[in-house]
Amino acid sequence: MTEILTLISALLLLIGSVFTLIAAIGLLRLPDLYTRIHAASKAGTMGSCLALIALAIHAHDFGTMSRALAGVVFFLLTAPVSSHLLAKAAYAVGYRLHSSSVRDEMAPEDDK
Amino acid sequence: MISVASLFDYAVMIALGSLCLSFLITIYRIVKGPTLPDRILGLDMLVAIAIGFIAVIGIKTGYALYVDVAIALGLVGFLATVAFARFVMSRGKTEEDILTEVRQAAADARREARTATKAASKAAARPGPAAGATGGEPRHD
Repeated sequence: MTEILTLISALLLLIGSVFTLIAAIGLLRLPDLYTRIHAASKAGTMGSCLALIALAIHAHDFGTMSRALAGVVFFLLTAPVSSHLLAKAAYAVGYRLHSSSVRDEMAPEDDK
Repeated sequence: MISVASLFDYAVMIALGSLCLSFLITIYRIVKGPTLPDRILGLDMLVAIAIGFIAVIGIKTGYALYVDVAIALGLVGFLATVAFARFVMSRGKTEEDILTEVRQAAADARREARTATKAASKAAARPGPAAGATGGEPRHD
């Protein structure tokens, strides 16, 4: 039983770190701010949440487990809010989409 | 047959390595990032990677104390991102706008300086060489 839990937590650690790495590569390679926000806020959150869940599974006492899961919930609640706020602020100020973007739903009707 | 413990150690090592790599990549994006929101996004990502680090270190060493630090770090990162987003909003212009403004101001200043020097040289040339003598005398009176 303990071995299975250890294996599951190792697997979650691997998946989480790969997600984080993919998010960082997306941050490096994607062309404009909005696509980078898409990479960092989804894959990055997923990565750190999976690592925290691995910690919760690996922990032997209830306190650590509940705190790690509380961290996961907190992170899942705040990450979309902050990245959405950042994207909205950047769009309102006038940072442009990359020229390869095919659709801008928030553009005014006349120059869509 | 590999034992579960050594498999787990390998997993922790691989996780630490890829977290390090993503940390470096994110720092490169922060240093290079052409605009301010890119850098803010990099900061947000750094916080997420640091939380991942804390989780991996907590698993590796058994110190569960850092989980509280992770929650506090998540809170601080959230508030920092919100504050920076408010700053981007209240600044109200992009880097491009600032650059064009600065270029416009520089061009204006250059044009002004050119007209000023032209006017000065014209003023010095028109009255001729005697102007210095006649201009100097009334002040003695």
